[in-house]
Amino acid sequence: MTSRLQQTKGGFNFDNHVRNTMMEGKGMGIPKATKTGTTIVGLIYKDGLVLGADTRATAGPIVADKNCEKIHYLAPNMYCCGAGTAADTEMTTALISSQLELHRLSTGRQARVVTAMTMLKQMLFKYQGQIGAALILGGVDINGPHLYTIYPHGSTDKLPYVTMGSGSLAAMSVFESRFKPDLTREEGISLVQEAIEAGIFNDLGSGSNVDIVVINSEKVEVLRNYAKPNERGVKEASYKFQRGTTEVLKTSIRDLVDIKETVNIHTSEAMDIS
Amino acid sequence: MDHFPTNWGNPRSEDVDSYNTYPVASNSGTVPHSVREIAGFGHAGGHPTSHTQQPVVTGTSVLGIKYKGGVMMAADNLASYGSLARFRDVERLHQVADFTVLGASGDMSDYQYVKHLLDSQMIKEYNADDGHTLATPNIYEYLWRVMYNRRSKMNPLWNTFVLGGVHKGEGFLGAIDLKGTPYQSPSIATGFGSHLAQPILRKEIENRGGEENITEEDATQILKKCMKVLFYRDARSMNKFQLATISAEGVKISEPMSVETEWAFAEKIRGYGA
Repeated sequence: MTSRLQQTKGGFNFDNHVRNTMMEGKGMGIPKATKTGTTIVGLIYKDGLVLGADTRATAGPIVADKNCEKIHYLAPNMYCCGAGTAADTEMTTALISSQLELHRLSTGRQARVVTAMTMLKQMLFKYQGQIGAALILGGVDINGPHLYTIYPHGSTDKLPYVTMGSGSLAAMSVFESRFKPDLTREEGISLVQEAIEAGIFNDLGSGSNVDIVVINSEKVEVLRNYAKPNERGVKEASYKFQRGTTEVLKTSIRDLVDIKETVNIHTSEAMDIS
Repeated sequence: MDHFPTNWGNPRSEDVDSYNTYPVASNSGTVPHSVREIAGFGHAGGHPTSHTQQPVVTGTSVLGIKYKGGVMMAADNLASYGSLARFRDVERLHQVADFTVLGASGDMSDYQYVKHLLDSQMIKEYNADDGHTLATPNIYEYLWRVMYNRRSKMNPLWNTFVLGGVHKGEGFLGAIDLKGTPYQSPSIATGFGSHLAQPILRKEIENRGGEENITEEDATQILKKCMKVLFYRDARSMNKFQLATISAEGVKISEPMSVETEWAFAEKIRGYGA
């Protein structure tokens, strides 16, 4: 007697929903995910694009990581900044990076940015926003530089300058005041740095350092910790207590364990490799 | 108390009618006869009397910045009814005494009530005829106490007020929110302005090394830049606003003006991805 094969259902399994609501009602909710708080930005300049991010990861009101990396590698010509749930941004970008490499090997060509965007949005839409990844995808391919934002529910925007995360309004206010098309590389980097710093200093979810990645048709420059406006001050004095501060009155040493050392000499036998 | 502008403006739900003294559709199905049933808990629906309301007709951000010789404030001329741009000629900057301007964001009816309160207070002072008139710090303290008192009765005036003026040759700039929190600073921004404009205001003051190095023209340019960014990114704003200048000479509230905006970038955008 054979039983009918179970059809695999796609997407999330919501069977535990009733149990979860009951538990939340009793006061035991889902543990807080580490969120990235975050200010992430991207802009297109004359020869390519510049991506920027802060480096603070928060778990509620606590800073979980003071110097995390929010700009993820996707392909030699594409990088992705991630805001939202840290695990989601990390795993989603890693998954799509792996899929892109297989795609690259299969087609024998450099991957296009729109391919990565489509892979990301189709996955995020499938999970109906349950994967909390808000991404800024930037890269240069055969058709030039491209900059996309991808929201947790799967919608995308294609724009010349974008910001995401809790510090996005502070960063966007800098972009809206000062962005213009065809910036030089130095102007682009400087504008991105200012936008991230606006997020770092005015948003509590963002902080620490500024990471920058510059992508153009020739090369990619990963400028990790490009600016460190929050370095810890050097302590002015040594606060170690000197030996002798506490007077030693008596010293007694007792051996708790008897240590016996013996050296055995073996005649070594050849290893049996038959 | 719903502070988040994104939740305002949605149609009120029909099953809760707090103005009704006779049940329209009660779940019990019977007409209550006892006093206790109707009035014992304050409402026919059986829920207790509560005052803490939601704002109905609202004004968005108010900005303020101190400069050398005085204080400058800006606010647009829009009073929104949820997502409807209902009243487009509202003056949210109001001169109080000879050297004070009140800026109001939040519920407009509460703002009108406060204007009436301040008028009464000025008349009382005038009648006292003791040679003193209310100065900016005095009006600020009065307003703070009114706001805090109302919040302590769980019936707040749903506003964030900005008070700017000149007193004893020094500029004065402060804000008070619906909970009665007073906050003084060289730069003030309420509502969306606190996210979009405050980073710009703070950076400008920092770049110039303090408010003494900001001229009246500088302050005008800075506030206009902020109003432009707010018009771009605040969905409840309008490109028609007034600037109020308070200096040793007195109060000057400008005629409504607007800023130049750039939309040419839209011509290059097609679709949202592929």
